[in-house]
Parts: sequence; structure tokens; C-alpha cells
Amino acid sequence: MENVLEAINLNKSFTDPVEFQVLKNISFSVRKGEFLSLMGKSGSGKSTLLYLLSTMDTVYDGQVVINGQLLTGMTQDALSAFRNEHIGFVFQFHFLLPEFSCLENVMLPAMKLNKWSNREIEKKAMEKLELLGVADQAHKLASRLSGGQQQRVAIARALINDPALIMGDEPTGNLDSHNSQNVQEIFRELTTRYHQTIIAVTHDPEFAKGTDRIIELSDGEIVK
Amino acid sequence: MIVSRLTLRIARTQLLAKKKQTTIAALGVTFGIAMFIFMISVMTGVNALLEDTMLMNTPHIRLYNDVTAVRPSLLEETYGNDTIWPVVRHQRPKQTKRNIKGATMIVSDLRSDPAVIGVSAQVTSQVFYNYGPVQLNGVIAGVDILEEDKLFNLRTKMKYGRLEDLPANRDGLIMGIGLARKLNVNPGDRVTVSTPGGSLQSFKVVGIFKTAVGAVDDQKSYANAESVQKILEEDSRYFTEIQVKLRDVNAANAYGKAVFNQYGYKAEDWETANATILQSFVIRNVMTVIVAGTLLVVAGFGIYNIMNMTIYNKMRDIAILKATGFAGSDVRGIFMTQAIIIGLLGGSLGLIFGYIFSYLTSKAPFDGGDVLSIDTFPVNMDYRFYIMGILFGVVTTALAAYFPSRKASKIDPVNILRG
Repeated sequence: MENVLEAINLNKSFTDPVEFQVLKNISFSVRKGEFLSLMGKSGSGKSTLLYLLSTMDTVYDGQVVINGQLLTGMTQDALSAFRNEHIGFVFQFHFLLPEFSCLENVMLPAMKLNKWSNREIEKKAMEKLELLGVADQAHKLASRLSGGQQQRVAIARALINDPALIMGDEPTGNLDSHNSQNVQEIFRELTTRYHQTIIAVTHDPEFAKGTDRIIELSDGEIVK
Repeated sequence: MIVSRLTLRIARTQLLAKKKQTTIAALGVTFGIAMFIFMISVMTGVNALLEDTMLMNTPHIRLYNDVTAVRPSLLEETYGNDTIWPVVRHQRPKQTKRNIKGATMIVSDLRSDPAVIGVSAQVTSQVFYNYGPVQLNGVIAGVDILEEDKLFNLRTKMKYGRLEDLPANRDGLIMGIGLARKLNVNPGDRVTVSTPGGSLQSFKVVGIFKTAVGAVDDQKSYANAESVQKILEEDSRYFTEIQVKLRDVNAANAYGKAVFNQYGYKAEDWETANATILQSFVIRNVMTVIVAGTLLVVAGFGIYNIMNMTIYNKMRDIAILKATGFAGSDVRGIFMTQAIIIGLLGGSLGLIFGYIFSYLTSKAPFDGGDVLSIDTFPVNMDYRFYIMGILFGVVTTALAAYFPSRKASKIDPVNILRG
């Protein structure tokens, strides 16, 4: 199967407060439709790696190729547009816009993409919310929801543009076991039915066990 | 910068969701603009009042016979400077009349010029005012009072009586208020006027005026031209000066020169006559500009601070928008839209408050005393201040939003989201 993502010789250092190399010569590739989990102790560099791959961090050495396109060195705006269409990201902490309703939060990336009409976008957004079991909260302000509900809305937002790649920084970290299970099933279905690729950073061995492949990081190097 | 319907929508939602914050930001602008408008209105109002007060008693051009001008001695006139070298020691001014020859002709000449609004010929003389035991030195001006009114708007300066009372009484006198007080005369009283030539004449005080300039109010009286000519023992063509009011104040200097060339009499324009006062106006205007500039800078910094804070509070939202695919230009568009809305909203309110403050102040009673002839505080309600105010408000808010939002649009979202 073709590779959807390739990481080539990624190196990253923090200089503040002291010079510290977070990532050391990271190279790996991810196949299309793969459900991959990144594990490692805190400080191992797994979240940093994920942010590099997601193009939200542009300060690194090496190359990131997604869908055959070299993303390293592209302008911020070009990367934003790329993320908009091809990458859905779920943060560890939900990060919704508090002034907007849940539905609007989910709709915004699609409105930016401007590929469908507003009515279609709304329909799609409702489907995603339905999928994650928070459709009944759609018209509430995002700030009015519980942490778990907000996290699920954030996952719906990541799915709205049907991205090729979905990345999550502990996407189920704020969820109870029932909902965590549910999300994992959703992710599984996305990979098998729609051949979307999922890369998730996780601490949870249970969650990792259910994925296709586990990459384990330690001190900025891939150990497994 | 792209301002699409989507960015507009996001901008609007954020503004409406944080009503309190939006209101505070807009009020910051309001406060700055209102203060600016109020201060500049009052300052320029006071300046204009002082200028008017000082200049309103000066004609634009004053034409008179300058008797002290150097004149050639009889020897020079006869032989010229080439053939002899005349030396005349202690030459005294010739006994000449101070009148302008052909004054009536010059007056009608000037009057026919469309650049001229009013011309008033007058005969003035140093006199003594006698009332009972009191004898005071002063000036009497024989005029056509209605012509004089066109030049100096005397009607508004009458404290007692009317201008029309003067032509109606051949021996009438309209007296300066300071002079009247010192003599202790009231309208209807008769005072005796004596000239340097020694003639006496009794005048009836028919009115009292107040120009608010002490030197004038304490010294001057207006009488009919014929009466003054009579006590000076001159005929009815005897006028000592002609005063001209022009349509364009600033043309006075050039016009004065033209008049001098044509008639040969000294023509003094108001700028020359008031050179020192004008200098003080320049200094005062510089001060006004400095104060207005300081106000704008202070208001500008206030606005800048508030906008900066508003945007830094939104840093996380910016990062989220960028993470989900919004471009830096979208982010800038959102914040610039918000800033301009806040600027317009706050600025307009500022204009309204500024106007209200200025209006109330302009209605506040203010006793100018004997110095200034005003009843309320002088305020200059110039519409240009309002245009400046709103422009400044919007431009400052836009700038204040531009720099932080540009910075925000360039930063990697992860730097904000990961703290």
C-alpha cells in the first residue's frame, strides 16, 4: 500500500532554557489507512513529533512529506490551506472557540475550505456530531459543555473536511472509558471503511493495543 | 488581507459574544476622542475670542496723513540735491493740516471697489472731556456712525442707547464705558469737550459702548463728523483718516500698498499695526498644536493598549483558527474588522460626547468682566475637529490592531497552544 506520510531524518532542538535535542534522526513512514499510535514517557518527544508532522510547527531539520507532497519549507499560509484540507487535528485539550456554538465550531474549517454549500456543511457537521454522540449539544455555546463533550466536538471538527490524515494528541485523554471506546471504534471504522489514516499520541496501553502499529519513542529516538 | 463573509462573520460573533470587552474597548476610544474634541474646541475657541477682541478695533487698512514724515527742506526743493549740499539744522515740522485732501473722493472711489466691504472716513482729535470738576484726556472721532458700524460691528457693543440716536442728535456723543465711568456721566448728561485749539463744545451723551479693550473704552467717544469738524473749526470736507474693511483680510497688506501708490497717503494694514500681537498669536497657535498633539498621542496610546490587550486575549483563538486551516491573512482580516468596528463605534460615540461636552460648556455662564465682552464660555465648534477625531480614532485602532495581529498571523500555532 502507498505511503501517506513520510518523515525523513527529523531533528529538533529546543534552545530555551538550555540546548536540548528533543528529536534525533526520526525517520518512518505511515501507510494509507493505517491506525498508528505513538507512545513514550512524557518528555520523550512524541507530542513534539506529532506537531511537526501536523505542520503546525515549522522549526525543525529534516523533511515531512504528506500525500507525496514535500511540506517542509512551505509558507505558513500554504500550510494552513494544506491542513485545512488534508489534516484533521485533535488537541489534548479540546481548544474550541468559546464564542461559537458547537455546530459552528465544527462547521468553520469546512466554511474555510469552501468546497460545499453552507447547507451541506451544516448537514455534514450534524452527522459528525451525531457520530460522536453530541448532536443534542449542537446549538449550545462550546464553553457551556463538559470537558468530555467538548473533546468529542473537537474530534467532530477534525473529521469535518474528510481529511486524509487525522492526528490526535491524546484524543481520548479527557474521555471516560465508554466514550474512549466509542472514539476508538470510530477511528477504526474511518481507517477500514474510508481509508483515512490516523496517528494518535497516547499514554493509554489499552488504546494502543487496539491500533495497527505502535511506535515507541524514548529520549527523542524510535526504540520500537 | 482578505475580508470574506466568513471572516466578517467570525469577527461579528466574537464582538457580540464578548459584549463587555467590546464595550470597554470602544469606550477607551470614545474617551480619547471626546477629550480631544472637547479640549481642542475650547482651546481654539478661547484663541479665536482673544484674536477677535484684539483685532476687532483695528481696521484692515487705515489711511492717514503722516505729518512726521521726512520732508525736503525749502533749499532742497528749490535747488535740488545735485547743485548744492544743503545743511539745515533743527528743521521743525511744517505747520500742516493733518487732513486727507480729497477724502470724499477717495472714499467714493474705494467704495466702488468690489474687494471693499466698508469705508469710513473720520475726523479724530485729541480732546479734554470736562464734566463738573473732572477733566479727562481722550479722543473724539467724528464719523458717519452707520458706516463705522459696517467696519466694527458697533451695534453689538452698545451698552446703552442705539446707534441711530447719534445721527438724530447733532450734538450727540457715544462714549466708551470706561470714560463714562471715570467722568461719572450717564446717558442724557451733557459733557463739555475742549480741543487743543482751545474751542469748547457741549455734547449730550446718547449712548455708551464697550469694546472690551481698555485703551479704547477709557479714551474714545464717537460723535457726528460735522460736530467734530465744527469744534476743530474746519469745513465739512475735513477728514483725518479713512478706514477700510476688505472682503479678504489677508489681502490687506497688498491692498494697502496699492492704495498708498494711488493716493500718496500712508496706508497702514492691520498686520503691520498689530505685528507684536500677531507674533503672540503665532506662539499661542503653536501651543494649541502641541496640546492637541499631546492629547492625540495620549488618546492614541490608550487605544493602542486596549486593542493590544484585546488581541493578546485572543491569541489562543488565533492559534486554533490557524490549526484548523485559517490563513494568517484570515486572522488579520478578522482582527482588523473588529478593530475598525470598535474604532467606528467608539469614535462616533466620542464625537457625540465631545459635542455634548462642548455644547454644554458653550452654554455655561462665564463673566468676562470688563475685559471680555462675553456671557458664556467661548467654544469653537468646528466640524473639522470632528472629522479629525473620527479619522484618528479609526486609524489608531486599526494600527493598534494591525501590529499584534500581524505578529499573531506569523507565529506557529503550536507555540501558542503548547504554551
